[in-house]
Amino acid sequence: MTAVRGERVQAPFGVRALRLTRREEYGAYVVLSGGDPDGPRPDPGQFYMLRSSERWGGGAGERPFLPRAFSVLRTGGDGEGLELQFLLEAVGPGTERLCELDAGEELSVLGPLGRGFAAPRPGHRVLLVGGGVGIAPLAIWQDRLDTGTTVLLGFRDAHHAAGAALLSGAVVATDDGSVGDHGLVTDLLESELDAGGEAEVYACGPPPMLEVVRAVCAERSVPAQLALEAGMACGFGGCFGCVVPSARGLIRLCLEGPVLDGAECSSETFAVAGMGHSG
Amino acid sequence: MNPSFCGLGLAHPVINASGTFDAIAAHRVFGDALYEHFPFAAFVSKTVTVEPRQGNPPPRLWELPAGLMNSIGLPNKGLEGYLASDLPVLAELPVPLIVNVMGFTREQVATLVGAFAAREEVAALELNVSCPNVETGLIMGADPDEVSRLMNVVRPLTEKPLIVKLTPNATDPAAVAHAAQEAGADAVSLINTIRGMALRPGTDQPWLGGGTGGVSGPAVRAIALAQLVAVRGAVGIDIVAMGGVASGTDALEFLHAGAGLVAVGTENFRDPSAGSRVSAELDRLASRTPFSGAG
Repeated sequence: MTAVRGERVQAPFGVRALRLTRREEYGAYVVLSGGDPDGPRPDPGQFYMLRSSERWGGGAGERPFLPRAFSVLRTGGDGEGLELQFLLEAVGPGTERLCELDAGEELSVLGPLGRGFAAPRPGHRVLLVGGGVGIAPLAIWQDRLDTGTTVLLGFRDAHHAAGAALLSGAVVATDDGSVGDHGLVTDLLESELDAGGEAEVYACGPPPMLEVVRAVCAERSVPAQLALEAGMACGFGGCFGCVVPSARGLIRLCLEGPVLDGAECSSETFAVAGMGHSG
Repeated sequence: MNPSFCGLGLAHPVINASGTFDAIAAHRVFGDALYEHFPFAAFVSKTVTVEPRQGNPPPRLWELPAGLMNSIGLPNKGLEGYLASDLPVLAELPVPLIVNVMGFTREQVATLVGAFAAREEVAALELNVSCPNVETGLIMGADPDEVSRLMNVVRPLTEKPLIVKLTPNATDPAAVAHAAQEAGADAVSLINTIRGMALRPGTDQPWLGGGTGGVSGPAVRAIALAQLVAVRGAVGIDIVAMGGVASGTDALEFLHAGAGLVAVGTENFRDPSAGSRVSAELDRLASRTPFSGAG
């Protein structure tokens, strides 16, 4: 079953600079906010290629060289007052540099890119399932949905679980049990699905989590839309680097994704997804 | 600047390197703005082979200091698929179309050249000779005699400009370029990516699904310049130079060294409008310091 999905919100042609207005920390995460007066309002689940306008390169291993792909966390305002927010975690030379940026500095962006989430089927209960920095696209989706949502989020520890404040009403699981349930967010998902009612699942997180979400939903014939990531150089179909195996063969995640229907994914999809080259 | 490259009458001397820009995908992403601000003076399409190819298994990319290594494996729809679905769209681009083709035998290259010779949408053909001839085991573009034999087969098939894309993984690219010229090539283009490798961290296994990959980006620019100068000394035909071009200064250097056109490759990944920026910077530099050592 493939959900009906609009083609995409198209991106302005070329890289543009956002002036950052805020830098906020949520435990292990940094949220950067910046005005994007020349950009369109993105669909939830779409992403941007980000880099700093200055000093991009010269970090660990003399990297980064390529921009990094990030789902938009949230938008504010519209038109010339449009603001974009991104959720970052420093895990490599690119994200380390991005996390250093502060209000007043410039962020170079290309986007919005890719295809986002499709609307839930009427009458279905909406479950948002996120892991780690992958909670980002679920926040904008929760903002935009006019239905209530059940939010299940998984984190490594309390330091990371501070990110749960970015969504409302989140039920949290942590690997070390320091916050919320001691266990996996996918255990919470199984309990929720088994509680009954027709549900639709939207998920984003590390590939092993998404693989379990896919399997858990498939066993129960629950539709799932999964936002994936893969190492990509460009984000607009030019490099052919971000392919993942799917029911349609190898597909470019930046063009056909990053949101895929669970039904077109397999464990092979997740063995490849997330194999970023960079960090 | 109004380069007369192969008689194509291009608006400026900046084109794209094959396989670094998918105009059809980019149109989906950026809409008609792509056509209104098309960044290249001619568009070189991704390599077409006779049969469809899925390409190499992922992972396909590895970031390097000042560059990128890729192992994409030339995914494409094959000749039939290209003619049916890609060519009609690419023919609508606001610039001349150069089709890049590759075969694993001379007969396959001949099939491709013959098919495109009849298509008026195609302004010129670029021959990707960076693959092995499966009949001889030799990399076609690494050996002057192989290139001569290939050109002897395909040259009679078309009057369209034929551009031979040289491989940098050859002992003597200048000798290969000379052989191409003597066998009737209208131009040569260089450099293709340089073979490289990365290991999966902490293991002795290759990171890239294809084992080895091709290195590109600013890291290879000095190598490209040296090969360009060597090739310029060996041939009188037009040259398309590429390899790490990211600015007008880089492009001007290649033009000074004897190129007629400059191609932007990896920089397109960092900014899809890089070609327009390089062209505009080149214009400014050229008007300030015509051929006198810019900057």
